[in-house]
Amino acid sequence: MARLFKPRMLALAVLAALASRAHAEPAAAPARAEVLHWWTSGGESAAARTLADAFRAAGGTWIDTAVAGSEQARAVAVSRVAGGNPPTAALFNASRQFRDLVDQGQLTALDDVARQGGWDRVMPPAILDAVRVNGHVYAAPVDIHMTAWIWYSKAAFKKAGIAAEPRSVEELFQALDRLRAAGLIPLAHGGQPWQDSIVFRAVLASVGGRDLYLRVFRDRDPRAIESPEFRQVLLTFRRLHGYVDAGSPGRHWNDATGLLVAGRAGVQIMGDWVRAEFSAARQRAGVDYGCLPGLGEHAPYVIQADAFVFPKNRDAATARTQALLATTVTSPAVQVSFSSRKGSLPVRSDVELPSPDPCVALAAALMRDRARQLPNDEMFLTPDQAGAMADVLTAYWNRDMPVETVQKKVVAALRDDL
Amino acid sequence: MRATWAARAALVPVALTALLGYLGSTLWTAQMSVTASRTLPSDHFVGMAQYVRLFSNERWLLSLDNLLLYGVLFISACLLAGSVLAILVDREIAARGWLRQIFLYPYAMSFIATGAVWQWILNPTDGIQAVGRALGFSAFRFDWIVDPDRVLLTIVIATAWQASGFVMAILLAGLSGVDPDLWRAARIDGIPTWRVYTSIVLPQLGYAFATALVLLLTGVVKLYDAVVAMTQGGPGTASEVPTKFIMDHLYGRANLGLASAGAIVLLVTVLALLAPFLYARTRAAASIA
Repeated sequence: MARLFKPRMLALAVLAALASRAHAEPAAAPARAEVLHWWTSGGESAAARTLADAFRAAGGTWIDTAVAGSEQARAVAVSRVAGGNPPTAALFNASRQFRDLVDQGQLTALDDVARQGGWDRVMPPAILDAVRVNGHVYAAPVDIHMTAWIWYSKAAFKKAGIAAEPRSVEELFQALDRLRAAGLIPLAHGGQPWQDSIVFRAVLASVGGRDLYLRVFRDRDPRAIESPEFRQVLLTFRRLHGYVDAGSPGRHWNDATGLLVAGRAGVQIMGDWVRAEFSAARQRAGVDYGCLPGLGEHAPYVIQADAFVFPKNRDAATARTQALLATTVTSPAVQVSFSSRKGSLPVRSDVELPSPDPCVALAAALMRDRARQLPNDEMFLTPDQAGAMADVLTAYWNRDMPVETVQKKVVAALRDDL
Repeated sequence: MRATWAARAALVPVALTALLGYLGSTLWTAQMSVTASRTLPSDHFVGMAQYVRLFSNERWLLSLDNLLLYGVLFISACLLAGSVLAILVDREIAARGWLRQIFLYPYAMSFIATGAVWQWILNPTDGIQAVGRALGFSAFRFDWIVDPDRVLLTIVIATAWQASGFVMAILLAGLSGVDPDLWRAARIDGIPTWRVYTSIVLPQLGYAFATALVLLLTGVVKLYDAVVAMTQGGPGTASEVPTKFIMDHLYGRANLGLASAGAIVLLVTVLALLAPFLYARTRAAASIA
């Protein structure tokens, strides 16, 4: 997740567009693919290289166009599609981010690749649903992230005298109280809107449960949003704010993880990319830190995926190159080496990761139980609805207001687009 | 005749830039603002619906409120600090060149860089507050940047730090045009220096102040990089500004129509603010002619 730095500068996007324009030469070799992505951090670019190597081994040429920041990268991709100079492949999230491109007929369908690769059999339905429009597959998912883990520092728990992992919401609050009593930061949180939203999804999944989650995000049902159950979810979310420290607003997610690494904070609610930070600090899962996929035996967990889309091109050879690329990046062997470097789970259920740590093993085991998987809200919401929802949540997280007001604002945020 | 043609030819690139770059983009944006464009431009006409949505959007309304409050505070702070600096530098004849450079320097730096430094300085767990507490003042508090009610003040402080030197430079240029005889006369009459400045010199700098005001006003409307670098609009939505709303909706939220409506509203606001100045200037020019 390259969300570390989000300057969202127009200038940057324009420069990147110009730079990539300068590099993009007409496809001379038949399998020459320019791939636009946002994997720029150390682990991410190592993961991208495994895809590039595999594509090369399959007879292709990988032209790497990396743009820092997922939002900037997608902006460049959209501008280039609109300008008639699309890359061969561009990274998006498996979500509604590229739906407009599909509707305008700008993307190549991957139905043959999906059928030959047996995607129906090996990929989670939630993710396939997110890349399928009107029965056609328009993106190649390459990884699965679980976005709402609860991570805790074993050293901090020990110092606070917490013997057992919290198994319910009440036990989580008891643990947070004990952490505070021990003089530690109970909840290490980066106060940026997208991180506030991650905490909210965790609460909605664990407190509200599967049905409420789907009624709110998938159905956008005002009765569900105005229900007492959803009110309880909002109140629990806001109650968590009482456990953050004064330096929380604006903090980057990896700095929050740093507080756990240093034993100064107890708990962080964040996606599985946090593991890369723990590894970089030479901390081990199950020894130095623990992980909870949710609260309670059958708590659902939220998944999301990165996926490549393949813009249509006048050049006929491009479609063959795109099919080769989509086949390569989703093939079993590539999925194993890519996932180990990326810190994500393979998008296929028919491969095993070699020597996984306890948290990865737990995640892999959970992935087999499809009934507990919940799609990230971006798979249901347009980018505008998701953004409006994030605005409401971050405003409520940072400022006390009547919960009924927040419910009304959520209804307004999730209404239909124009 | 030939000279005129050459001059006109030389103006063609500028005219093209103005016509295509500015006017063309403005017209295109206006057109987009009455369509249902999302990720890509569309010609599905929806009338004023985007504007209705815009003005029922709480974050947009909050952004406008923030901009107004910020503008008043920022312009006052810059004019005040700029005047004081200009007068101090004006008195200090020997070190004048040096001081002018030092005070103008912040203006030459990108706010993406200096904003990050300001963020560290103002952060309660790393910056001034932490230093104060480390020195033994355990009750010392300076946490405005994480306080939704005061966060705008920190942006005023940081941006005024940047722009005050610029106002100083404009006023210094004005001060150098003041008739030295005025100073001699005031000295003979025994008028205190501060009084000469406040009652005689500064009132003569009307044009310099007007120039500074117009430039500061455009700076207010353009406010974006400082917010992105320092607070990203937070805590929550407390320091959101209209330009950030537009940029967020243009790209991340794939709502070209709503972003364009916001941009047009902003443009109309700027024109409404600048119109009195332009009118006054035309009248002044006409009366001279």
